[in-house]
Amino acid sequence: MDFWTLANATVGGLLIGLVYGLSALGLSVIFGVIRIVNFAHGEIMVMGMFFALLMFRWLGLDPLLSVPLAAALMFGFGYVLQLLVVSRVSHLPEHMQFLLLAAIAIMIVSALLLVFGPDAQGVEVDYAWDSFAVGELIIDYPKMFAAIAAVIVASLLLAFFKCTATGKAIRACADNRMGAQVVGLNVSRLYALTFGIGAACLGAAGAIILLLFEVHPYLAPGYTLLAFVIVIIGGLGSLFGALVGGILIGVSEALAAVLFQPSMKTAFSFGLLILILLLRPQGLLGKAVR
Amino acid sequence: MKTPKTPAVSRRTVLAGAGAGAVASAVPLRHGLAATALKVGVLLPRSGGQAQIGIECQYGADVALPILKSEGYPELEFMLGDTETKVDVARAQCERLIDAGAQAIIGCFDSGQTMAAAQVCEQKNIPLIVNIAAVPKLTELGYKWVFRNFPTGPMIVGDAFKNQKKLFGATGATPKTVALLHVNDTFGTSLAGALFALAPRFKMPYKIVEKIPYDPYGRDFSAEVRKVKGAKPDALWAVSRLNDAIAITKELVRQRVDLMGILSTGPGWYENAYLKATGKYGNDVVNLIPWYDENKPMTQKLKAAFKKAHPDLLLTTNQTFTFDACLIAADAFKRAGSTKNTDLQAALRKTNLTNNVGLGHAIKFNEKGQVPYVPCGAVQNRDGDLVVLLPQEAATGKPIWPMRPWRKR
Repeated sequence: MDFWTLANATVGGLLIGLVYGLSALGLSVIFGVIRIVNFAHGEIMVMGMFFALLMFRWLGLDPLLSVPLAAALMFGFGYVLQLLVVSRVSHLPEHMQFLLLAAIAIMIVSALLLVFGPDAQGVEVDYAWDSFAVGELIIDYPKMFAAIAAVIVASLLLAFFKCTATGKAIRACADNRMGAQVVGLNVSRLYALTFGIGAACLGAAGAIILLLFEVHPYLAPGYTLLAFVIVIIGGLGSLFGALVGGILIGVSEALAAVLFQPSMKTAFSFGLLILILLLRPQGLLGKAVR
Repeated sequence: MKTPKTPAVSRRTVLAGAGAGAVASAVPLRHGLAATALKVGVLLPRSGGQAQIGIECQYGADVALPILKSEGYPELEFMLGDTETKVDVARAQCERLIDAGAQAIIGCFDSGQTMAAAQVCEQKNIPLIVNIAAVPKLTELGYKWVFRNFPTGPMIVGDAFKNQKKLFGATGATPKTVALLHVNDTFGTSLAGALFALAPRFKMPYKIVEKIPYDPYGRDFSAEVRKVKGAKPDALWAVSRLNDAIAITKELVRQRVDLMGILSTGPGWYENAYLKATGKYGNDVVNLIPWYDENKPMTQKLKAAFKKAHPDLLLTTNQTFTFDACLIAADAFKRAGSTKNTDLQAALRKTNLTNNVGLGHAIKFNEKGQVPYVPCGAVQNRDGDLVVLLPQEAATGKPIWPMRPWRKR
């Protein structure tokens, strides 16, 4: 195996890993604050993909330009979902919450099947087949643009939580719900906002991923599983950890494919998951629970 | 006091009649000698990863009905089943179709799903007429109710070797090294196994330098293509499905993997959806696959009917072999004169059809239920069309080999 093959695999894995990381951010945001595991994660992202597909077909809009629209739409969906449905089961045992979100996931898949059918559908942008070379390092444009967009969206999200009053209030809720209530924060509104932000992340990730892969309703469970692997490796609830987990999965899958066999990719990422669970159960950047 | 009149229909008569009616309706008329239509369960992947191909197979069954009627065959009544591209669902759906009254099953495009359906048909004594499935053991397990007019993996690979030699000889361009990229499902694994088992016998002029199995339903195929590039082969031999074939083509172009050619033995690379999605980059791929014979009168009828029904689509293996499966069912039903399972089975065993569409002389099943030799052709993608290169007698064009470089298209 020569140097350039490994270098190409590493760069390719890094680019795709950033996009995976963005998709996992949505899961981490929701769990980190509301403490609900969103089993409809992949389904909400696939909704974002279909929305970007429609924008491309109806308005000829590049999926990257659909990112703010998809994020806004999914924000609304997440906000309403939390306010009207999820908040009403937050006092129930965790398995009941899981079942509710799993049921929502199934309903989303069925609705998408009804509207869009089972076929894989994609967009054909002008640069879909293009790449550029730096020495023997070849980088394709769709993957590079997708990774840049993922970094921008993730940075905006991190900045929102660090720098804005609402972001700080949400973090306060995550740290101490009771304390947040005592100081007069409207926790249910902030929770709805958080679910909306998590869903917006997924909408944005969906629009970006459409640039790389075709979409069909059955895609969703695979992305849910992938996001779980990433956030567990990165640390459930840690935003930066989700990005790191995404990059780790992207790069390790790419390297496993060239060093061993491509069909070993998934086994490798799950192997990494088992290793992390055994050695550092809280994830690479997660906080240990005592 | 008047004696009340006995009603013309007493309560007891109504009850007895209702009971008899219920019993009669509960007994299926599966063996009705006077039946005018044969109920055929058409079991295909209509959703999931293979949905597009399954739907294209169904088009072949749909156009078969009026053609067979005009040819004097008795009526087929289709009952549709969806495998969802899953083996377990294929089994359940096959059971459902048979329980609902299907007297024969046609399907299932995919080897794994067809194996599952075959087991059900064998248990229930219902004929399974395979449209497309190449795994050898389907007709090697002693099944009595399975009939396949489709080449097995070794047949496909054997013909691929022969046709490759003819192609290289005719063009004077012979690859010295080949990378094999194959799906890791039942079909792909059996074909790859046959390839390595048969390669020494055919004394091919090239060496297989890399064997890369992959998951056809994966998200990203850049790593697979990177591995191909790392092996620096002259040509690529692909055994794929549809969406992966499109994604692999994109990666080959983006990663600038210029090859002497792409040789495909399987679906994906010649499909209508592939040609549409890849445009000029889908050109020059050589598909070494079962195909239709342009010279047969039935082919012309099928092509005309298919063009009328789907003017934007090209006739491919999917419709051809699903059509031939319907023809086999109608022909057996006509000769059996009955929908009784054993009569249909006996008639299927004596099948001798020459008015079919696929390449080859006649459809005759051996004692295993397999047509002993179903030849494959070589078909090249050319500007949104499919050009038959081999066999010579069915050729519609000359090969472009080596293929044109990606950047000069």
